[in-house]
Amino acid sequence: MTGKLESGRKVVEGSYAVAHAAAMCRPDVISAYPITPQTHIVEDLSQFVADGAIDSKYVNVESEFSALSALVGSSAAGARTYSATTSQGLALMHEVLFNAAGMRLPIVMTIVNRSMSAPINIWNDHQDSMAQRDTGWIQLYIEDAQELVDTTVQAYMIGEDPDVSLPVMVCMDGFILSHVFEPVDLLDQEAVDKFLPRFTPVRALDPKNPESFGMFVDPEYYMEFRYLVEQAMDASRPKIEDAARKFKSAFGRYYGGLIDTYETDGAEIILVAMGSLIGTLRDVVDDLRSKGVPVGLLKIRAFRPFPIDEIKKVIADAKVVVVLDKNISLGTGEGAVTTEIKAGLHNTDINVPVLGFVVGIGGRDIPVTTVQRIVEKAKDVARGGTVSAGASEFVDVKHDLISC
Amino acid sequence: MKEIRIHGRGGQGSVTAAELLAIAAFEDGLYSQAFPSFGVERRGAPVMAFVRLSDHTIRLRSQIYDPDYVIVQDSTLIEAVDVAGGLKAEGMIIVNTEHRPEDLDLETDAEVRTIDATKIALNIIGKPIMNTVMLGAFAGASGEVTADSIKNAVRNRFPGTVGKKNADAVQDAYDRVVGS
Repeated sequence: MTGKLESGRKVVEGSYAVAHAAAMCRPDVISAYPITPQTHIVEDLSQFVADGAIDSKYVNVESEFSALSALVGSSAAGARTYSATTSQGLALMHEVLFNAAGMRLPIVMTIVNRSMSAPINIWNDHQDSMAQRDTGWIQLYIEDAQELVDTTVQAYMIGEDPDVSLPVMVCMDGFILSHVFEPVDLLDQEAVDKFLPRFTPVRALDPKNPESFGMFVDPEYYMEFRYLVEQAMDASRPKIEDAARKFKSAFGRYYGGLIDTYETDGAEIILVAMGSLIGTLRDVVDDLRSKGVPVGLLKIRAFRPFPIDEIKKVIADAKVVVVLDKNISLGTGEGAVTTEIKAGLHNTDINVPVLGFVVGIGGRDIPVTTVQRIVEKAKDVARGGTVSAGASEFVDVKHDLISC
Repeated sequence: MKEIRIHGRGGQGSVTAAELLAIAAFEDGLYSQAFPSFGVERRGAPVMAFVRLSDHTIRLRSQIYDPDYVIVQDSTLIEAVDVAGGLKAEGMIIVNTEHRPEDLDLETDAEVRTIDATKIALNIIGKPIMNTVMLGAFAGASGEVTADSIKNAVRNRFPGTVGKKNADAVQDAYDRVVGS
């Protein structure tokens, strides 16, 4: 097969959808190391390159550390770059993640979310990317294959904006989204070209105009660089909203900017989550609303920058907020989303109870019945029941397994 | 929404069958979703794959616990796995076996259908790979998808002679089930 990739609406695997979307963004350089459940994405991309369907330079490397390092070099030279990884692979990139953000390089990387070893487990939770939340990368969490396609394009627009100039992680749930077959509108090259301008780096390595990236910086200057990264994170907030709005006017689809809301008007109970669980929660909300339960849903689409102002507006009048975390910040007893929402409400006049639940760790399935049980607990609190100030509840933990 | 659970053994193409069913149903104008049970697949080990079909966008992402249909590619699984678990009473289970439905040890109130898919596969495809045959049987027994869409999906996935033979086997299974 040669020539351009087919566009249009068809049933494809989530991994193919993201590979196709990445290809439509015309990355100059792709570098990745295969690891389950990310493998199909990079297999598809390397096939596109081998078939001559895209012009990208595909750099084969011996590790994830090198994959991201190759992109740091090429991005600094002005190239648009792409990678994908997961779990242990992302952990191996840890040091380079800070470098990419500190050098203000707008690399886009798909994170196929998977649990962390030990024990080794290849299934989905959010521990891998949550553990990288302080590296200076924008993090967007995705609900379905179509949002994955559309957000991949938006990620370049956001990260490459001169006011932002930061790398972006597009986070998708491993297997649940990477291995699902569902209908997807695959983007047309001309339409993407019209929507997404070519990458014009703020600064690039150029022998005629020498500049340095990531130099040795003493205490007189270092803190200012870190402050600038935080300012860039802050500047990305309206850009994330803008990219979503512009995409909607160009392609007609919208999944929220920093957050999305569903049936939150008049909701006494508000569920908060990220990623593919949002789809299941939309069904649960519809079911409960039809039975008169005033429940709504807040989807956190951007975890970095953390959209606390937007969250506060949505939950201010609720009676209880229920946070479903697919991660554990070990030593705090709760998931990081719960902690950050609680922290964001401190020293404000919003006094809504926040209940944390840790769910779906290591691929533990989250059936509708599990969510319904959680909502029953929230109803008690909404009716004035006592709230435990302590840790998140670990949902569906098999205590009989632990005690044997 | 209709939910389908496919039971097979690693190597029998259960995941491929789920994908082809989702593609075929989409061609018939439905929304569809197919996904594997995400096990560490080994040849011969019990595996599952899931399919959802609906007139509306499918948002639910959990595994399938109360299927409308169950497809069993290998009847020896009946002893090892609760293949009819959660199957709706008004649902249907289709088993690849040379035996009659009443001879199977299945605990279900749902309708039980059988087809000797392995024999059809050996006769028409020349290999005991019966996943596409079971899709033809499913189309015939359930009416949820058309045989034509299944055949198109099969021919697109397996170009050339292999696809043609598989499509013939789909039609054969469909005709037997509809005629029986």
